[in-house]
Amino acid sequence: MSQTIVIDPVTRLEGHGKITIQLNNQGEVEDAHFHVTQVRGFEKFAQGRPFYEMPSLMARICGICPVSHLIASAKACEAIMSVDIPYTAAQLRRMLNLAQMVQSHALSFFYLASPDLLLGMESDPATRHIFGVVGAKPELGRAGIALRRFGQHIIELLGSKRIHPGWVVPGGVTEPLSADKRDETLGMIPEAYANVHLALSEYKKIADNFKTEIDVFANFPTYFMGLINEDESIAFTDGALRLIDAKGNIVDDGITASRFTQVIGEAVESYSYTKFAYYKPLGYPEGCYRVGPLARLNIAKSMGTPLADKELAEFRQLADGPLQGSFHYHHARLIEILYGIERIEQILSDPLILDKHVRATAGVNRLEGAGQAEAPRGTLMHNYKVDSDGKITWANLVIATGQNNKAMDLGVLQAAKHYIKDGRFSEGILNRIEAVVRTFDPCLSCSTHAFGQMPLDISLLSCDGQIIDRVIR
Amino acid sequence: MSENVEVKTLTIDGHEVSARRGQTILEVARENNISIPTLCHLDGLTDVGACRLCLVEIAGVSKLLPSCVTTVYEGMEVHTDSERLQKHRRTILELLFTERNHICSVCVANGHCELQSLAQSQGLTHVRLPYRNPDLSVDASHERFTLDHNRCILCTRCVRVCAEIEGAHVWDVMGRGINSLIISDLHENWGASSCTRCGKCVQVCPTGALFDKSKVGSEHPKYPDFLPYLNLMRESQ
Ligand code: FES
Repeated sequence: MSQTIVIDPVTRLEGHGKITIQLNNQGEVEDAHFHVTQVRGFEKFAQGRPFYEMPSLMARICGICPVSHLIASAKACEAIMSVDIPYTAAQLRRMLNLAQMVQSHALSFFYLASPDLLLGMESDPATRHIFGVVGAKPELGRAGIALRRFGQHIIELLGSKRIHPGWVVPGGVTEPLSADKRDETLGMIPEAYANVHLALSEYKKIADNFKTEIDVFANFPTYFMGLINEDESIAFTDGALRLIDAKGNIVDDGITASRFTQVIGEAVESYSYTKFAYYKPLGYPEGCYRVGPLARLNIAKSMGTPLADKELAEFRQLADGPLQGSFHYHHARLIEILYGIERIEQILSDPLILDKHVRATAGVNRLEGAGQAEAPRGTLMHNYKVDSDGKITWANLVIATGQNNKAMDLGVLQAAKHYIKDGRFSEGILNRIEAVVRTFDPCLSCSTHAFGQMPLDISLLSCDGQIIDRVIR
Repeated sequence: MSENVEVKTLTIDGHEVSARRGQTILEVARENNISIPTLCHLDGLTDVGACRLCLVEIAGVSKLLPSCVTTVYEGMEVHTDSERLQKHRRTILELLFTERNHICSVCVANGHCELQSLAQSQGLTHVRLPYRNPDLSVDASHERFTLDHNRCILCTRCVRVCAEIEGAHVWDVMGRGINSLIISDLHENWGASSCTRCGKCVQVCPTGALFDKSKVGSEHPKYPDFLPYLNLMRESQ
């Protein structure tokens, strides 16, 4: 008898999702999917609003990565205004984006993933959480909490609010940085270094225990996309996108925000509210790619900071060419945290960082604009069209999680096929399958910002797992 | 005080106070540090008694009366803070919130909004009535300012400041009851109207309905206190 296993909700993610696994008569995995089950509607309710409201409106999509939305949105608005923002404003925004990356990665690694990594995939689910980690490895638990606070605190210092700072506006930022705040931030840096070094060395000690997970957690060739600077170093706020294939060859380069929609398409599948992004010249699903920490580290020639570059060199040793296993996202995240701290320190040491000129002004000079940035979990693009008064007539957002969607889906299938044999599975096995999704650190709230004619597929399962009713819209 | 000014004595919330003839209850209360919540009233503009937030109870009068337009009389006994009044005030605020689309979290006036702070000070924790969610437009045609009907509470402060202080009378009210709408000139786009671009209406607007385009990102304090000074300066000339 065929059977459907449903993991709902998938835990330790940002948002709501579920996984279904379809078994055949022999108890083998036939198919598996990761579903995002929530609906939002931001692209709809942006319509009719003045474009200059977009950054603070769009930031509400997400409480984890509001800063990336603020930045991508402000950049799209600046394209509409046709302005270049002042140098210091650009530096401050870079710092804000990095601070958010550090806190979000700390959340992903320490709060969501480390219970699996440090306590074990099979450990008691009742204690498999951050408090369990603090209990078992107090030093590391504390380091994680401190790193998250480090990022949060910088966001709060700059934007005077931890979660939805209204500080980033079209044209720059509202307030310059004060010397006090700069010095306070610089004072937090040494501790942040110590914490990330501790995490890196601990991770390297345990990584070998996860050979199987590395092999079967979404480990397959795909394309990768991410932002790089002109010197081919990693970028989060500036630069243009590069797409490479699984061997590391450049497939497309210099993808600016305005070209993004020409080359990236979005497909819809009936089982998820999140769209599936793909590279148009290759079509769907062949043109699906991965974004986020692993993609960025596979693409960038260097990090551009000394300590992170050393770590990158070591990371590169793990494979010949781009790393394919999504388990490595965890490692990549730690290297990016280190990079973030180094860059924040560099930016704060810039003599112009306290400059008072931090905002450019202009009206509507173009009727369409797009902006892109790297969110912690991958590339984010906002695209708006406005009328001559600057009111939004159309908006489209392409979110990191949508770009990783296909890989997560296939990754769930790969892991399910490996672990589920003869229809037998345990809690630890289901946790491993969830953990595949966790490597990507998807943000489901972000990914389902859109609203409209989305397909809906509801399956009604009897207690023995048989589908007894099904509604498709 | 000149000879022919008549002095009235009355009580407000049990305090004996004295007032000049023709003063409103609100004026007298504020002179004596007794606070009465208001929304459509603004020092320096004529009162219209539109919002009813300043309602008070007067002994011997069965109706509740707006203190901003009710003048004092000898022996008057006023109560400003009974449970009945608090309930009415909260209901008025609830009705204001349900009438249009007030979404504080993404509003430019968040943290600087009179409607928002009144809701807090009056202890409004829930809105029990269904929201109307009307489909209202935004007029962004003006070079410097924006009018968002979604956040307008029809207090008409903008209408009065433009007519009485600026002397331009660009703003007025169109329609009736719940369909009323603030319009510029004869329902022209603001940008195409006879607006003098002085910005007084923006400063007196209690919510985020009128705002300065350069002040986005929930950082839009307003400074309506310029009005009494302006009047004072004009009178002294
Ligand atoms: S303040 Fe008196 S009615 Fe509005």
